[in-house]
Amino acid sequence: MILWQLFVAFLEVGATAFGGGYAALPIIQNVIVERHHWLTMTEMTDVLSLSQVTPGPIAINSATFVGIKLAGIPGAIVASVATVLPQMILLFILSAILFSGRKLTLVDRALAGLRPGVVGLIAAAALTVVISSLFAGSSVWGMDFIAVAGFLLALLLRYKKLDVITVVALGALLGLLGGAVEYFIP
Amino acid sequence: MSYWSLFLTVFKVSAITFGGGYTIVPVLKDEFCNKRQCLTEDEMLDIVALGQAAPGPIAISVAFLLGYKLKGRGGALLGVLAGILPPMITISVLYVFYEAFASNFWVRAALRGMSGAIAAVMLLAVFSMARQVLKKHKIFTLFLLVGAFALAWFTKINTAVLILSFALIGILVFSWKDRQEGGHKS
Repeated sequence: MILWQLFVAFLEVGATAFGGGYAALPIIQNVIVERHHWLTMTEMTDVLSLSQVTPGPIAINSATFVGIKLAGIPGAIVASVATVLPQMILLFILSAILFSGRKLTLVDRALAGLRPGVVGLIAAAALTVVISSLFAGSSVWGMDFIAVAGFLLALLLRYKKLDVITVVALGALLGLLGGAVEYFIP
Repeated sequence: MSYWSLFLTVFKVSAITFGGGYTIVPVLKDEFCNKRQCLTEDEMLDIVALGQAAPGPIAISVAFLLGYKLKGRGGALLGVLAGILPPMITISVLYVFYEAFASNFWVRAALRGMSGAIAAVMLLAVFSMARQVLKKHKIFTLFLLVGAFALAWFTKINTAVLILSFALIGILVFSWKDRQEGGHKS
């Protein structure tokens, strides 16, 4: 019952990814990579990179990718719908109250605890991505010099306030250049 | 605004906004507040604030609430559909190419450069998020942030369980604190 497993797994991702942006990443890593082994760390990093240069949130991109990999188009649909289902249900229930302008103290308090915690989780996930991408090589010290070059370039360009899409796209270009060096100078 | 133009507008914005996270919010604001003038800036601010209270991708919550505000429950469903279709289609197509070419030397080289870049982008994002959350309740925040990182890095505790615990800690700590302060504003 792979469709059911996909549904439950991405329901968990959708229900616990609080805080937007990279918030889904720690859960995707936990549920999809570590628990179910549906993606390798390299594949997850690839999906993450591609997410930056394609439309849509990381959670939907990952759900579609994993879903289609395991069960084709139906899998992609089931996983993506499961990802957005928890927020839809919650918003359906809340929207009546929310638009009346009342303040939700309980939600504010929960978010005050969630935000710092989630940043800590994202930090751990980011470190995993750093290690798995920079030390994936077979060369000296196990470093992948193409990834290291991309890493350094991105640090510099982000420091110069260049936007993320351009930075990641330039990373791809630099990768091709590095590939050419590896290809022609063995 | 008709159902059809609601669907089309959200679909278009979702299709041209790359990267996920909050990137879609200003574009939606421009489209609905400035160009079509069917929402005020304040209403949009409310929608974004409410969207953050729900789990899952923020873009989808905003699309849901936009649709709800403009066309009721049907509009909410339509908003979500228009939000998730572009990334689903893009990633489905991309997956075919990924499966075919991911082990190709040149594609791999590009992906290696990108993975290094995304590692740097994430690391910097973590620092800026940490700086942001550390503006309020410094000690509490630092404690949760470091604790969350350590738990994620050194233990195998389910990430969903961790996240729900952070919410609970937030509710308990701030309820207690508010009572201590005798109902002062936080």
